[in-house]
Amino acid sequence: MSKTLNVSISPHIRSRETTATIMADVIIALVPSIAVGVWVFGARAFAITVLSVVSCVLSEYLYEKLLKKPVTVTDLSAVVTGLILAVNLYSTAPWWLPVLGGAFAIIVVKMLYGGLGQNFMNPALAARCFLLLSFSRIMTDYPKLDGVSSPTPLVLAKQGEVVPVRDLLLGTHSGTIGETSAVAIIIGFIYLCARGIIKPREPLSVILSTGVFVTMFSLIQGNPITLNYLAVQMLGGGMLLGAVFMASDYATTPVTPWGQVIFGCCVGFITALIRCVGGGTEGVSYAIIISNLLTPFIEKLTAPKPFGPRKERAAK
Amino acid sequence: MKQNTPIERLYNGVLKENPTFVLMLGMCPTLAVTTSAINGIGMGLSTCAVLMMSNLIISLLRKFIPDRVRMPAYIVVVASFVTVVELLMQAYVRPIYTALGLYIPLIVVNCIILGRAESYASKNPPLASFFDGLGMGLGFTLALTIIGAVRELLGSGSVFGVNIMPESFEPVSIMVMAPGAFFVLSVLTALQNRFKAPSATNKGDKFCSGDCAGCMDKTCRIMERSDKE
Repeated sequence: MSKTLNVSISPHIRSRETTATIMADVIIALVPSIAVGVWVFGARAFAITVLSVVSCVLSEYLYEKLLKKPVTVTDLSAVVTGLILAVNLYSTAPWWLPVLGGAFAIIVVKMLYGGLGQNFMNPALAARCFLLLSFSRIMTDYPKLDGVSSPTPLVLAKQGEVVPVRDLLLGTHSGTIGETSAVAIIIGFIYLCARGIIKPREPLSVILSTGVFVTMFSLIQGNPITLNYLAVQMLGGGMLLGAVFMASDYATTPVTPWGQVIFGCCVGFITALIRCVGGGTEGVSYAIIISNLLTPFIEKLTAPKPFGPRKERAAK
Repeated sequence: MKQNTPIERLYNGVLKENPTFVLMLGMCPTLAVTTSAINGIGMGLSTCAVLMMSNLIISLLRKFIPDRVRMPAYIVVVASFVTVVELLMQAYVRPIYTALGLYIPLIVVNCIILGRAESYASKNPPLASFFDGLGMGLGFTLALTIIGAVRELLGSGSVFGVNIMPESFEPVSIMVMAPGAFFVLSVLTALQNRFKAPSATNKGDKFCSGDCAGCMDKTCRIMERSDKE
C-alpha cells in the first residue's frame, strides 16, 4: 500500500490540539502570575506551588493505580489543578495545606465523579473552599510584606482606604500567591486568547458585571463610589485570577456563547453580593463554584435551536 | 435463624437491615445531629425509645386501626411518645436536649419509625414488633455514634469529648459542618459496598434470606412470584 493512496475511515484531518496541549498552554499562561508571586513573597511561595502540583499529580496517579484504571496523569490537567490551587493560597500556608487541598481536589471533586470533564465543580476552587471552611484561621493569615502586616487591597478598600493602582498592577501588595499582579494575569489572559484556548467574553463578562453590580449595591446601600474603589473591586483580590483561569474552565462552565456570558454575569452578581452585602471581603471562589452548579440550567436555557422546519408536536 | 424471634429481630435491626447503612432511612437526623459521638448516641437512644414503644402500641392496635386512617393513627401514637421523650430529656439530660434542639420533635416524622410501623408492626405480633423497634433503634444508635465519632475525631480532634489527637493536629472544621456529614456517610457506604456488605445498593438474591415479612426491598418481586404460584 502506498502512503499517498491510503484508504481509511474518516476523519482524515485531525486537529493537533489535545487535552495535553491545551493544559500546557494554561500552564504557560499561569507562569507570569506565579513568577510575580515568587518575586513578591519569596521562595516559600514556590515551595507551596510545587507541593500543590506534586500532591495533585500523585493523588491522580495513585487513585488510578489503586482502582486499576488507565493513568491519565500525562494529560497535565492535574498539574493545572495544582497550579490553580497554589495561586489561591497564601504563601504563609503550612506545608500540609496544599498537600491536603490537592488530594481533596483530585480525589473527591474530580476522580470520584468520573475524572476529567465529569466533575461538576472546579476542583481547585472546591478544594480552596474546603480549606477555607476547615482552616479559616490559617487560610486568612495573609503574608507580611517587608515585615509589616499589610491587609489585602480588598480589606483596605472595605475600610475606605485608597489603594494605589500601581501596586495593583504590579502586585506589590499582600494577597494569595497568584492574585496580586493584574499585569501578570492579563499577560496570561492575552496569551490564552491569542492561542484560542479561551474566548475573551467569559472573563470580560465576569469582570464587567462585577463592576456593574458593585456599583449597584453601593448605590442601594448609599455608599460613596470612587473610581479607586471600583478599580480595587475589579482588579484586586481573586477577581482577575478567577475570571481568567477559573470561570473559563471547559468542564464546569457552559459551552454556548450566550451561556458563557450569563455564567459570567452570575459570577459577577454573586461576587458583588458577597463583597458588598456579606461580611467577607473575598467572594470570587464561592461565586464561581455556585455558578458551576447553575451551568446545566444555563446550558439548557441557551441551547441553540436546530436549523430547519419544526416538526409537528404530535410526533411523540 | 428462626424468624421473628427477639434475638433474630435484634440481629436484623443492628446488622442485617441497619436502618442507616442498609435501609438508608432517617437521613435527615443522621446528617444533621452527628456533629459529635455523644450527640449521635443521644439522638439514637431517644429514637430507639420512641421506636420501641410506638412499635409495641401500633402492633397491639393493628387489628383496630382502619386501613384508611392508619397514617394519622400512627402519627398520633408516635407523637405522644416523642412528647414524653422530649420532656424527659429536657428534665434529665439538658445538654443533649439543647444540642439536638429541633431534631427531637422531628423524630415524629422520622421515616424509620413510620417505616417500621408500616412495614413491620402493623403486620406482626407485639413482642416481635417491640424487639424489632429495639433492634432498629440500636442499629440507628450504632450508626449515628460511628458517624458522630468519625466526624468529632476529624473535626474537633476528640471522641466523646476526650482529646485524643496530638497537639499539632489542626481540626478540620468542615467535618463538623454539614458537608462533613455527607463525606463521612458516603465514604462509609462506599466501604460497605467495597466489602459487599448488604446496603441500599447491594440487593438481590445474594443478600436475600427469604424473609419477606420485614424486608424493605421494594424492587423485589419474590412475593408476587410466590403469589402467582
